[in-house]
Amino acid sequence: MAEIRESLGNMRDRGLIDELLGEITGRIKEPIRVMEVCGTHTMAIFRHGLRSMLPAKIELISGPGCPVCVTAAGQIDSFIDLAERPGIHLATFGDLYRVPGTAVVQSNSLAQAAANGAKIDMVYSPMEALAMAQANPDELVIFLGIGFETTTPTVAATILAAQEAGVGNFAVYSVHKLMPPALTALFDEDMAIDGLLCPGHVSAIIGAQAYEPLAARFGLPCVVGGFEAADILQALLMLIKQHESGVAKVENAYTRVVSWEGNARARQVVDKVFRPGAAMWRGLGEIPASGLEIRPEYQQYDAESRLDLKQVEASEPPGCLCGAILKGLKSPKNCPLFGKRCTPVRPVGPCMVSSEGTCAAFYRYSEN
Amino acid sequence: MSGLDNPALNELEDCALIDMPAGRLAFSTDSYVVDPIFFPGGNIGDLAVHGTINDLAMRGARPMALSLGLILEEGLPLADLQKIIDSIALASKKAGVPIVTGDTKVVPHGKGDKIFINTSGVGIVPAGVDLGARQVRAGDTIILSGTMADHGITIMVARNKLAFEGDIRSDTQALHNLTLALSERANGALHAMRDPTRGGVATTLCEIAEMAEVSMILDEAAIPIRPQVQSACELLGLEPLYLANEGKCLVVVAEDFVDDALRIMRQRPEGRDAAIIGRVEDGLAGRVEITTLAGGRRLVTALTGEPLPRIC
Amino acid sequence: MCLAVPMRVVEVKGLADELIISPSAQVELEGLRQEVRLDIVDRWPEPGDYVIVHAGFAIHTLSAAEAKINLDLMYQMAEGLDG
Repeated sequence: MAEIRESLGNMRDRGLIDELLGEITGRIKEPIRVMEVCGTHTMAIFRHGLRSMLPAKIELISGPGCPVCVTAAGQIDSFIDLAERPGIHLATFGDLYRVPGTAVVQSNSLAQAAANGAKIDMVYSPMEALAMAQANPDELVIFLGIGFETTTPTVAATILAAQEAGVGNFAVYSVHKLMPPALTALFDEDMAIDGLLCPGHVSAIIGAQAYEPLAARFGLPCVVGGFEAADILQALLMLIKQHESGVAKVENAYTRVVSWEGNARARQVVDKVFRPGAAMWRGLGEIPASGLEIRPEYQQYDAESRLDLKQVEASEPPGCLCGAILKGLKSPKNCPLFGKRCTPVRPVGPCMVSSEGTCAAFYRYSEN
Repeated sequence: MSGLDNPALNELEDCALIDMPAGRLAFSTDSYVVDPIFFPGGNIGDLAVHGTINDLAMRGARPMALSLGLILEEGLPLADLQKIIDSIALASKKAGVPIVTGDTKVVPHGKGDKIFINTSGVGIVPAGVDLGARQVRAGDTIILSGTMADHGITIMVARNKLAFEGDIRSDTQALHNLTLALSERANGALHAMRDPTRGGVATTLCEIAEMAEVSMILDEAAIPIRPQVQSACELLGLEPLYLANEGKCLVVVAEDFVDDALRIMRQRPEGRDAAIIGRVEDGLAGRVEITTLAGGRRLVTALTGEPLPRIC
Repeated sequence: MCLAVPMRVVEVKGLADELIISPSAQVELEGLRQEVRLDIVDRWPEPGDYVIVHAGFAIHTLSAAEAKINLDLMYQMAEGLDG
């Protein structure tokens, strides 16, 4: 259908972008601090070069929207430990591949573990991991289940597919997390932000409605935004308008993908396989009902119950400011390690390694 | 190795003797360990021949001869080896650059990775041709000879066994005919040429900018890229600016040579998509910026480590 | 966290054929083709629809009307017509 393609193409029209910018510049009176909680938004903003176009009155802060960044260091160690066990074949999204654990002597990342002989494959879809299990019946294939609400339905569906196909050598190590509980925990502390740019694709699943409690409780304007330059500009414009009129509600700027109710079917699939549990968030500590564990009915697909994995207790790397950066309290510039001891080649904390991490994005794209 | 028939190799001496014309000797070496060894558009053999030819070509040399070193892992299927040798022979013949000497070793299974190849090459740079990053100066124009990221994305897709169908293939090819056509006509207006292999266009330009102590401003909208490659990059979360190119070159020329350079490049099949992608400016040494599709401006930094696909 | 791309649906497998348990669709984007799972899509797509693809799964079906509405909204905002 030419129409959809045309519409999508027109969203990249420079004329539209310039007009939206003009509206923003024309409308904005007071300074506004906007937090975005989606790593893909962080990257998109940098990639489009939006900061160079936006008026100085708009301050954009990166929150805990990067699932790799918020994974506790001890968890990473656990992944590496698992990878090094014989008979185990690990499958992971590329995002996790170079994230450092805390070990100094042994392999300090999945990449290093792979270099030292561990069987680890990067996959684009959890279904690929299932295919790996079917192709290698003498191995136990473990998929590292990382990601927020956009990704969890795909993993849940894969577990159901595994059950359907009777695959016995496949399991998921779930470190999935939920976005709204983290945001609520975040805003319980003293935060001075004026608006929330809500994640686009997480919202496709949970619906724009999911942010209503936040808007109501904290008087926080919330706008769901997409990832084209025009999408982000439109969302910012809507936040500015709310802010300037003293209004705090949830609005949806990404209507072509996000609805008020979200994707109920996807949520049902998740509910079937997972249930909420407490989870450790780097920089935020333990947050109740913010993670997903695999239900007992599917325990044969649960790496934690199958393998009796030990959670390695480890603290944050010394000097690393990732925690404060995730909460939007500090900028990478404030971190004594940034650009010196902590670089994309030799990262200390996940914020620098993950391609979406605030520090990595800052390092790659920011104005020096 | 019957496919590599040529007078020098056929002598079966321990080393080849070559009659070289006058000029400065250009000498380059490179080793190839790519995985997978076969991919759409070519294989490790093609890469090995084209890669070293191109390294010589980028300095303005006419490539004269190549050496070929093979390290084979025991167990590599003979059929695979033959295919690679055939490709090498064909690439060498097509480019008109003979392989005059070589060596093969076999290592035990597990001590190699199917096949490693080293090619070294010699060429002659005519008098008066002086190319290199240090010749680059403010006011120069940056041209890319064709579409970017073709090779890099092909490897990513092939390596991950992704079921993407579509015309995604490596661009591996020899560029010396294109580069010689340029350097023969440039009269000093051609300052530097580089093939943006590992690290892509972005990393290569950052390196040049650093060495030349200049700034650069690029135009994202002007950089040629095939729609399928763009789509694959979007799907995998990869930045095309950082993906390898094996059959393209960056050409930095003085402003008065731009029109001629484009014409010369576009006349050849290797350069038919040649386009101006940026310019060199006075400014902070090593600083490379890009005007984005959206109309913004951002910094471009050199790639550290291999690009990784991402989902998050 | 949400790399997802709109792709055009070329063919849908699953409803018509009772033998196929795993529902999927052939989708394409600028000449690149892929097979995606339909287990978690909100609305069953027709050829010609677009689906938003994440990790090999369709997470949302997008119609021409929805795309147009979104675009019109952007233009309205840009021209300050929405007040």
